[in-house]
Amino acid sequence: MSVLTRNRRRKILSDFMLGLSALFTVLCISLLFFVLGYLLIKGGSSVNLAFFTKLPTPPGEDGGGMANALVGSAKLLGIAAVTGLPIGFLAGLYLSEFAGRTMATVVRYAADLLNGVPSIVIGIFVYTLVVLPMQHFSTLAGGLALGIMMIPIMTRSTEEFLRAVPVTLREGSLALGATRTLTIIRVVVPAAARGIVTAAMLGLARVAGETAPLLFTALSNRFWSPGINQPTASLPVMIFNYAVAPYDDWHRQAWAAGLVLLTLVLVANLSARYLLGGRQES
Amino acid sequence: MPESAAPTITMGRPWSSLTRLGLQLRRGDALAHAIALVFGASVLVVTGLLAWQLWVNSVLPRRQFGWRFLFSQTWDPVAGQFGAAAFVYGTVMTSALALLIAVPLGIGVAIFLAELAPPRLSAMAGMLLELLAAVPSVIYGLVGVSILVPIMRVYVQPALKAATGGFPLFSGPAYGIGLLTAGIVLAVMVVPFIVSVGREVLLAVPREQREAALALGSTRWESTWKVVLPYARPGLYGAVFLALGRALGETMAVTMVIGNRPEIAASLFAPAYSMAAVIANEFSEATEELYLQSLIEVGLVLFALTMVINVVARGLIAATADQGSAR
Repeated sequence: MSVLTRNRRRKILSDFMLGLSALFTVLCISLLFFVLGYLLIKGGSSVNLAFFTKLPTPPGEDGGGMANALVGSAKLLGIAAVTGLPIGFLAGLYLSEFAGRTMATVVRYAADLLNGVPSIVIGIFVYTLVVLPMQHFSTLAGGLALGIMMIPIMTRSTEEFLRAVPVTLREGSLALGATRTLTIIRVVVPAAARGIVTAAMLGLARVAGETAPLLFTALSNRFWSPGINQPTASLPVMIFNYAVAPYDDWHRQAWAAGLVLLTLVLVANLSARYLLGGRQES
Repeated sequence: MPESAAPTITMGRPWSSLTRLGLQLRRGDALAHAIALVFGASVLVVTGLLAWQLWVNSVLPRRQFGWRFLFSQTWDPVAGQFGAAAFVYGTVMTSALALLIAVPLGIGVAIFLAELAPPRLSAMAGMLLELLAAVPSVIYGLVGVSILVPIMRVYVQPALKAATGGFPLFSGPAYGIGLLTAGIVLAVMVVPFIVSVGREVLLAVPREQREAALALGSTRWESTWKVVLPYARPGLYGAVFLALGRALGETMAVTMVIGNRPEIAASLFAPAYSMAAVIANEFSEATEELYLQSLIEVGLVLFALTMVINVVARGLIAATADQGSAR
């Protein structure tokens, strides 16, 4: 009798704890839908044509949009892509195809450390490296900060996808008389191309939402920012500035900008995952 | 490809009939190796340069204040007195609070995904949690300011105060903003990291371990709690440290809800400040050289702290991986 009740108690505890873990999972996932839904409600009505086409209005004046921030974000991401992606890609290629054990460990470790550096510290780094010598904030500095953040992401994922290419493919190519370089360029990289492109998209989506490293590199700008040599507005920094400002109309626009940014980030993430999933199934 | 050429180019044999062409191509390999090496090394250079720049650009406050910088609470740009203790305190406290909430939550989710959920559901839920991690920090701050802060002010903080009867940790006016609120927002942000690493670590625990426990008559929870979790412990610690590293450096969401007051107060309700937040708020306004360099030194401290945490985390995760492959 007492054994039975004891076993019953153990069974109940088991069901309770496992049920709790299921509840936690539901809670965490519903947070995602909550954030998304809340942004939709608060920002949905403010995402209009003016938001995409007009410049911000002076403080306290209603209306206007964030066209300059959208263009600014695009330019920052463009600079991040042309600086961070090739460096990260080639570093990843080095890790998977050329590096000896010691070098591979050291470079991999450095990439992981760089990945763990808080983004605001990357901002300080670029400030001392670019903003101080040039003596002004600029789109270039902001883009470089995002680019540096992309390097470790890109390095590690490139390495992973290149390593996943079967050895038999390489051996086949080498057996046909191709050199290692030719094998890498014509066989290994194309075989991993989809994964690498996806990784690049995920990396861009991640830095697209970064605010901290832009605060004192790209700064912000209430007007259009021609070229790459002047401060520029960007969506995340606008969200921050507008959210902490005391104007209702700015809050409204911060919500709209938040909705647009989150939508872009999630769409990029989902489509990247969709592409990857297709590859794995085939 | 002519048939006679094939055997001469087999790997590991000397190049014979196509020696000249082969040598040229080999030189191409060496060139490719060199190019790749330059870029691989550039990751090292960037990381090293980062540390160096932080170091040389914070020489003034280091010379002037020395170690006092870390222990002084005075942050007075007008008087030229700088001490980072309040920021270190805010960073450590918010991160600790975040872990207090996020660790049970995250491990619970990891257990569900690894032990209970069918593979398809687990993959689906894992993906949604990764999307949770993809939500930009500034958006967590925005949502935190407009939902969590009022809830904390109107419901949670008065209730906690009443329930604990003026316990110092839960005392003082309910502003809504403050350490506790920042800790909660941070917890939401780091949970996905604990889940994704935790799930992987738990899945790496050999099946036989669970089967043996179940065969001995333990319930599913007992097999999880007494067998699987201890087996995966180093990796789980690694996941926690990784989350801690993220929490320490998290900037925007914390800046928006912590209250930004450089004080060390006993209460978790009090507005505070974190290292990342003070850099975010004051960096572009710091005109004095000493002021700017003091902020850079705050960044240096933050950098050093996250580096140590990350090294420990990677070590622990690697230890579990090794353990798994050895058996």
